[in-house]
Amino acid sequence: MTMADTKTMSNTTTVATTGFQPLGFSPARFWLMVATTLAVIVAPFVLYPIFLMKIYCFIIFAIAYNLLLGYTGLMSFGHAAFWGMGAYLTAYSAANWGFGFEMALLMGTVTGAVLGLIFGWVAIRRTGLYFAMITLALAQMVYFICLQAPFTGGEDGVQGVPRGTFLGILDLRNDWTLYWLVGAILLAIIILSNRVVHSPFGQVLRAIRNNPNRAKSLGYNVDRYKLYAFVMSAALSGFAGGLKAIIFQIATLTDVSTIASTEAVLITLVGGIGTIFGPVVGSMIVLSLEHYLAPYGPWVMFTQGIVFVFFVLVFRKGLLGEIQDYFKTKL
Amino acid sequence: MDFNMNLILGQMVLGLVNGVFYAILSLGLSVIFGLLGVINFAHGVFFMLGAFAAYMLGELFGIGYWPALLLVPLIIGALGLVVEVTLIRSLYKLDHLYGLLLTMGLAFAIEGLIRITFGPQGLPYNIPDSLRGAINLGFMFLPYYRAWVVVAGIILCVTVWLVIERTPLGAKLRAATDNPQMVQAFGINVPVMLTLTYAAGVALAGIGGVMAAPIMSVDPAMGTNIVIVVFAVVVIGGMGSIFGSILTGLALGLLEGFTKAVFAEASSTVIFVVMVIVLIARPRGLFGKMA
Repeated sequence: MTMADTKTMSNTTTVATTGFQPLGFSPARFWLMVATTLAVIVAPFVLYPIFLMKIYCFIIFAIAYNLLLGYTGLMSFGHAAFWGMGAYLTAYSAANWGFGFEMALLMGTVTGAVLGLIFGWVAIRRTGLYFAMITLALAQMVYFICLQAPFTGGEDGVQGVPRGTFLGILDLRNDWTLYWLVGAILLAIIILSNRVVHSPFGQVLRAIRNNPNRAKSLGYNVDRYKLYAFVMSAALSGFAGGLKAIIFQIATLTDVSTIASTEAVLITLVGGIGTIFGPVVGSMIVLSLEHYLAPYGPWVMFTQGIVFVFFVLVFRKGLLGEIQDYFKTKL
Repeated sequence: MDFNMNLILGQMVLGLVNGVFYAILSLGLSVIFGLLGVINFAHGVFFMLGAFAAYMLGELFGIGYWPALLLVPLIIGALGLVVEVTLIRSLYKLDHLYGLLLTMGLAFAIEGLIRITFGPQGLPYNIPDSLRGAINLGFMFLPYYRAWVVVAGIILCVTVWLVIERTPLGAKLRAATDNPQMVQAFGINVPVMLTLTYAAGVALAGIGGVMAAPIMSVDPAMGTNIVIVVFAVVVIGGMGSIFGSILTGLALGLLEGFTKAVFAEASSTVIFVVMVIVLIARPRGLFGKMA
């Protein structure tokens, strides 16, 4: 999807600031990073750690999605395939091949990357809405394969995934140990995503988002860069899905179904397409909504739909997108 | 391997029934996309609503299949009218992606509402008395109802094609798809045309829903399930040609039926596999024009 209409999307004009940039963040983002870090530290004393870890996995998933939609301008509807297959392969390798925490997660990440390479190779032939439809259809194909393949355990999923230990030292069967690890991973990935976006590579991606033809005329191989971005996003999605499988010790068909893809889209939209901290805010809101509505069954779906429509019509830029416009900053 | 020829033919005929639904839905999707530039994710939901509307008309007012076939498209069309005027219209100036996001949200909200009201399980809808029974084709017993769906569905598609390609109204529609500013300058009310096109497109999906009600179970997920396949059908056919959408829909239904007979495990994925092959060999789709 080319974001020709850059006025409606966040039109990031990066000024080469030479000032103080702790961890590579601009001052406004640095304070958001501090706030996020404090929230990660305080939250488990208020809320259930397992629920928080679920939110963190979806933040990482949405960061991966946002790298593609927000910073490259490609709209995928197939990210469930990377998240879900990442979850399956992490779970399967940990449960059946005796892979430890690190190896199992690597397995999920590589699965996402390989699948992303295949999806990207096929889908980048078309742009815009076709790209969205193709990725959606490919993910549906993966879903049907998972429905029938023996390794996924069908409706039961892959159960009893051992959490293992981190570096052979930290026993992750303890929810608290696991929580601090997942929290640290989350913070590291936020810092990393900001780095990637502001790297020369990230600049090229944004150039492609804003005007693919201009990027091409400047000598960049646009399709190649799109593919890199797609694979990167898919790998990180696979990682996030794998992490989720280890935390919950299960991988199921839900992870690989369209629902997971729309979750990534919704979180990104609510938080703010093309903002660094949008996925953090979006994930908290969307998952809390689902968590507290879950007892009411189909009301979750109805509410999600209404939130979608509301944000598209009224808060198109997402919460952080609106806030950053108001304060004339970048979040 | 030895294949049972009767089984293959039988499954292909049944596949053709699905193909008719693919054709009807991809037709509406293409026309709406061509003129409005919106991928109507809610298309499947309008198909589902068509089936539910037929069911409700029967339950509440005792209205049978045949009157429902006429009434339901009016109801669904009116609903489409409201949706276009209140929601979709405000997005035409924006990036196309917002149209997709909006209709997706709409699809969720409507499907959720139907689930809240009717529960997740399927509801029964009876075949009309006049179409009970089956005909012996030699290789299979084909229920009259399915034969009717195939014949009526193809006639419906061809009629829509004739209206678009051979009437003055269709000529205006095609002109507006090509260059809306120019058509507007000629004094044609393009905004009204967009509204009516959206209404007509979803009404078509509504008719499809009524026709599907006695065959598929009337359940809230029926729309979302079929619309993803229809997206693949649209990618395969390419959106440039109305006739192409019809032909692609029917052919893929046949192929799906054939696969069910020879390699049942692949029947749910075969259309997606074809999509991948077409994208590699001919990215613009079988009947698509170059972008």
